[in-house]
Amino acid sequence: MAEQQGHMKALRCRECGREYPLEARHVCEFDFGPLEVVYDYEAVKDKLTRKTIEGRRQNMWRYAELLPVAGEPTVGQEVGFTPLIKADRLAERLGVRELWIKNDAVNYPTLSFKDRVVSVALSRAREMGFDVVACASTGNLANSVAANAASAGLKAFVFIPNDLEKGKVVNSLIYDASVIGIKGHYDEVNRLCAEIAGKYNWAFVNVNMRPYYAEGSKSQGFEIVEQLGWKIPRHTVVPMASGSLLTKIHKSYQEAVKIGLVEQVEYSVHGAQAAGCAPISTAFKEGQDFFKPVKPDTIAKSLAIGTPADGFYALKVFQETGGASDDVTDDEIREGIRLLAETEGIFSETAGGVTVGVAKKLIASGAIPADDSAVLCITGNGLKTLDAVENHAGQALEIGPSLREFEALLQSDKELGTAKQK
Amino acid sequence: MPVKVRIPTPLRKLTHDEEVVETTAESVSEAIADLETCYPGFKERLVDEAGEIRRFVNIYVNDEDIRFLDNASTALKDGDEISIIPAIAGG
Repeated sequence: MAEQQGHMKALRCRECGREYPLEARHVCEFDFGPLEVVYDYEAVKDKLTRKTIEGRRQNMWRYAELLPVAGEPTVGQEVGFTPLIKADRLAERLGVRELWIKNDAVNYPTLSFKDRVVSVALSRAREMGFDVVACASTGNLANSVAANAASAGLKAFVFIPNDLEKGKVVNSLIYDASVIGIKGHYDEVNRLCAEIAGKYNWAFVNVNMRPYYAEGSKSQGFEIVEQLGWKIPRHTVVPMASGSLLTKIHKSYQEAVKIGLVEQVEYSVHGAQAAGCAPISTAFKEGQDFFKPVKPDTIAKSLAIGTPADGFYALKVFQETGGASDDVTDDEIREGIRLLAETEGIFSETAGGVTVGVAKKLIASGAIPADDSAVLCITGNGLKTLDAVENHAGQALEIGPSLREFEALLQSDKELGTAKQK
Repeated sequence: MPVKVRIPTPLRKLTHDEEVVETTAESVSEAIADLETCYPGFKERLVDEAGEIRRFVNIYVNDEDIRFLDNASTALKDGDEISIIPAIAGG
């Protein structure tokens, strides 16, 4: 294993800087601070140039030197490189010069950004010799662990709150994973998993594999800068549950500068939460550098983490980049989902409604100035959270199979009538 | 019946691999002080220089986060169970 470490050097505590070997270990023994992978940036800089990257296949592994896998990835080779869409119609509605949608709602294979983190965690778990993988999840991660474990021939245990959307539960069961619904919210699932992970020698992707897992999120940031023509966007809006994705997108921009892929420019990373679970944005608005845990109550179940592990670092990112954070109600979340669907033809899950809703607020407040450009990170697919919008999307109009009935309908229905005249 | 304290993996070196230890303390902060006496080094792992519980340490009494109770002053009674859990990334 000693030589088999790719461009990784060690694991290092973000709090006190103590270093550890590259094992399945996630917290510092001294102060419980999170461990993070340290890379040999000098070596990476020589290898990972724009030209090298552009010559590689279009998936997240084109940035492999900055992902924590020692050898070739063996799980999720086709993940990533999702579309970055120029969203002119949405920009017009929100009153901002330029908007882009990073659309991980169509990530492969399970339609959320979690496929990025899971392919890294499982590739690394296999290198380390694990044959059982597990996770604590609000749904998307469970889907991704179940699917990617199935294709890799690994045994998977996924632990979820027992009140998740049906789509997310079926989406884990179908891959023959062991799905365990816990009577409690995600923070309770998490706590149980921390205890299980201490007892069983499994690769828990977001517990003992967390330092590797979390790095996978950087690929979304690398893709954004490459797809913008090797430029860091002036503004990025990211949904926050634990805050991990936001801190990793910030890190990807910093690393892209560090190894010379892009120029250092001024940029802001903003965070979006649901009002029913907003410990990070509440701390931001109150000017605190720590958060108070909350008990979640929101339709954005994928973001319902009341004790966000990276909340402290997310708050630091706002401070460092001049970013802001806000939150939106359940109604505003549904409105955000509809707005994105109506203007750009993208059906996002509830977290996407949060991102769009908060972007709207940040544009209105001037935190994102009207003459600027912003990227919105859409992290999951609307087909998985139909429950949240099914009674809010209107009804199909029903008629018999006759032209007469159709024309009668056109006469009676104003909107359809307008469509006819066009 | 004393209070049970479930020890997380990163702290088990201090407790000689004991997963559960006991205390008769009457509050969380007293429990930490008591464990420091039995297992020197225990306190500084959980509490920072300013005397606050470290930001990445979550302490639960009977499954409830003490930040929803009375923080380090949370009272303990016979039969209570304390869990010490590192924060975990999401979901």
